[in-house]
Amino acid sequence: MRDISTPMEKSFSQRIPLSNANTLVSRALAILARKLSLGKLLETIFLVALSLIFIFPFFWMFTTSFKTLPETMLFPPTLLPQQWMSQNYMEAWRSGPFPTYLFNSIYIAVAILILQFAVIIPAAYAFAKKSFKGSKLLFGMILLGLMIPTQVTFLPIYLLFSKVGLINTPAALILPFASSSFGIFLLTQNFKQIPDEIIEAAKLDKASEFKIIFRIMLPMAKPAILTFALFSFIAHWNDYFWVLTMTNSDAIRTLPVGIVNLKDTESIKSWHVIMAGNMILVAPILFIYSLANKYIKSAFTYSGIK
Amino acid sequence: MAISRTKKIDTAYLYVLPAVIGCLVFTIYPVVYVMYLSTLSWDLISPDKTFVGLDNYKRLLTSPEFQQVLINSATYMLVMVTVSISIALVLAVWLNKRTKLHNFVQTSIFTPHIISLVSVAMLWMWIMDPEYGLLNYILGWLGIPGLQWIDNPDTALLSVIIVGIWKVIGYNVLILIAGLQSIPSYIYESAKLDKANRVTTFFKITIPLLSPTLFFLLIVNITSSFQVFDSVRVMTQGGPVNSTNVLVHWIYQTGFEFYRIGEAATGSVLLFIIVALATFANFKLLASKIHYQ
Repeated sequence: MRDISTPMEKSFSQRIPLSNANTLVSRALAILARKLSLGKLLETIFLVALSLIFIFPFFWMFTTSFKTLPETMLFPPTLLPQQWMSQNYMEAWRSGPFPTYLFNSIYIAVAILILQFAVIIPAAYAFAKKSFKGSKLLFGMILLGLMIPTQVTFLPIYLLFSKVGLINTPAALILPFASSSFGIFLLTQNFKQIPDEIIEAAKLDKASEFKIIFRIMLPMAKPAILTFALFSFIAHWNDYFWVLTMTNSDAIRTLPVGIVNLKDTESIKSWHVIMAGNMILVAPILFIYSLANKYIKSAFTYSGIK
Repeated sequence: MAISRTKKIDTAYLYVLPAVIGCLVFTIYPVVYVMYLSTLSWDLISPDKTFVGLDNYKRLLTSPEFQQVLINSATYMLVMVTVSISIALVLAVWLNKRTKLHNFVQTSIFTPHIISLVSVAMLWMWIMDPEYGLLNYILGWLGIPGLQWIDNPDTALLSVIIVGIWKVIGYNVLILIAGLQSIPSYIYESAKLDKANRVTTFFKITIPLLSPTLFFLLIVNITSSFQVFDSVRVMTQGGPVNSTNVLVHWIYQTGFEFYRIGEAATGSVLLFIIVALATFANFKLLASKIHYQ
């Protein structure tokens, strides 16, 4: 291919005077032609089209969230808003206790994460580096949690919580996730790979176990910890089912439930306000993804890679 | 020596204690208790719970409404699994390159997977809006008449499935790419030396060597399909005329809207059995994985 396109580029620059603005375009085209064969060009077009199928709906959510109500009913639809209506966000924000929803979303996801680390780090350390009677049995029991979905257990847990008066409290949304089978599994695997010699050496230096965990284990398992933190935060930020079943008061509910309420209370066609509400839920995750997409991909695909 | 050893044992148990308690209270106990609940007739409010044995199971499995729910769940699962995995397989083979563009496409395809299904469902409700939605507009552009999508019992389940496929495909692609990268390149080189063409290589080398990954995806997709709730709740609430009511949504309705706790628990146990069978099959298949590597 290169043999054909190089003379073409030469002929372009010879025929057309340099001062002409067209020259730049034709030169660019010629360089493009040299770099891309037809097949490659077609592949690029298909690749871009493919990614549009997955990106464009989010773009559509974004632009709709700034449109006026009449503009959402225009035919043909407009690609960009005629006027950018940031008022939609105020309307969505004021339509329900959105500040409360947002606060609850952050509070619940962060509280779960902190508690999870407090529970899974010592457990993973013990499973990976200590030998004790019944450790295999207990580890197996915890892994059982990986295969039992919350949709199976929510009814008994709901009854338990209502008996002890925890329904409609943050505890109902936090406690069931305080331990994570996936987290224990992930960290145990990672801690196992840290050589015992390092721990023995630290023990000879009279380091406490607390110090061993914080100074040796955690720094060496940093990628796994970050992976788990992202996985857990995103999962609980997005969670709808558990919040819906364990609460019935707006004071304790989170964004996903609040946004569904927005859809149900708003007259069905006010998509511009609904999409504005949706953006509030989606934007933080998209932002984190743009910063750490490599880690997020590995967090979500970890169990599949053997 | 003896003292230090007992001390060591003590700390280990202390370390795993919170996790074990969490597991007992929020996994083991609920599973056992839900089985007990499934043998009761109970409306949640009244104090008397009547023991009915396996009556709930008998009644549900013979009720046309519940059979419809199971058929909806199975249809959702079958279409999801076959379509999403086969599209993902083609895409994975195509996208398995390390250029910036390929990486960008992988990233875009994966985006829906990390977004809440609630948002994704609402976004697609807007796109599928029969009057002003983007989808019917694009179809009209191609000369295809628009559909009522979620308002029509014939297309409602399809609409929910489209959303599910759109969301999961990036995950499937990424898992398959990871699987493809674990196939040693010398196998492909020797196939080239043997003058095997692309199609033969794909079916005789890629698919068999990828089969552990494909089995894994199959199990994950089957179990997650049976757990679908958010999109159904947001888009259709099981309707129109029960056409999109799937198992988990039915459990939620039966328990939290109709207060028929015994029947809802029976649904939960059936869900547990389905997921457990799929997982058990996964372990069996993983054991046979050794053949391939």
